[in-house]
Amino acid sequence: MGWIGESVDSIKSLQIRQVLTQAVSLGMIVTSALIIWKALMCITGSESPVVVVLSGSMEPGFKRGDILFLHMSKDPIRAGEIVVFNVDGREIPIVHRVIKVHEREDTGEVDVLTKGDNNYGDDRLLYAHGQLWLQRHHIMGRAVGFLPYVGWVTIIMTEKPIIKYILIGALGLLVITSKD
Amino acid sequence: MHSFGYRANALVTFAVTILALMCGMASLSDNFNSPSPSAHVQLRISNSLTPFTHLSVLNINWFQKQPKANDEVSMTLNISADLQSLFTWNTKQVFVFLAAEYETPKNSLNQISLWDGIIPNKEHAKFWIHTSNKYRFIDQGSNLRGKEYNLTMHWHVMPKTGKMLADKIVMPGYRLPEEYR
Repeated sequence: MGWIGESVDSIKSLQIRQVLTQAVSLGMIVTSALIIWKALMCITGSESPVVVVLSGSMEPGFKRGDILFLHMSKDPIRAGEIVVFNVDGREIPIVHRVIKVHEREDTGEVDVLTKGDNNYGDDRLLYAHGQLWLQRHHIMGRAVGFLPYVGWVTIIMTEKPIIKYILIGALGLLVITSKD
Repeated sequence: MHSFGYRANALVTFAVTILALMCGMASLSDNFNSPSPSAHVQLRISNSLTPFTHLSVLNINWFQKQPKANDEVSMTLNISADLQSLFTWNTKQVFVFLAAEYETPKNSLNQISLWDGIIPNKEHAKFWIHTSNKYRFIDQGSNLRGKEYNLTMHWHVMPKTGKMLADKIVMPGYRLPEEYR
């Protein structure tokens, strides 16, 4: 309880100069996070360089809550690669493996078919109605790296928003009351 | 300076830093396992220097023209491979698949996965399998009669953490029958 009392005291003893300093340092944290995210976008060439796996369709390779690092290069797409794609009419991107590729001789366009390692059939049922193949523009990137479990933080926060608000509140309080 | 919050913060920061460092080191350690001949002698794998595969197309089960004028072929395969040297302590699984690869006048590349499998550990990395094609072998068009194609064994190594690796062995010189049957 002494800790809370101390915090309340320190809020009372705030002065305008101190408040400004805190605001600036908070701004620094937010902007540096933004800079890192945008820099990652530039380096990887993908509009979302990091994604969280939300379903078990790629188990046992990728489990729910794993983080994938994406990379979008000019290299052609080949069978076996794990790609992240968007289907028209679906909000959430899907991470699955390419099993068939047909690359056009003249235009270089590709027709791609994907399948989740843990799914029985291919992904034609997930595509838009009547769609047989994915094209290049559906694909947001290919997975190159992998970090387990870390994505659970975001899954928990999206599914239980109250935890997010508690966390943000606590962090905000910490920033306000810290005396550096 | 010595409040609970500061100590918790320092502890968590330190723990996360160490964890990230360990993940990075585990991932980097995979680089030492280049499937080079010397590495194999050290590991005392007697059988082969690089992962080998042996494969024979036993039988073309049937071969026909689909109603929409795409050729389709069904085949029986005998696949044996030794991929033990791909496994390190940071390997979660190896995804292996066999693809038919060929060129047609319209397409500069066609890759069709015929069979795939997940190898969970080193004990299962030396295998022999007798199977018919798991995914349908359908061309975009009707170019498969007498078509020469490569069978390529691809593998993708999934680490426990870090960078994913991939490689392949190309086995050229297979040919489909001249007539539908």
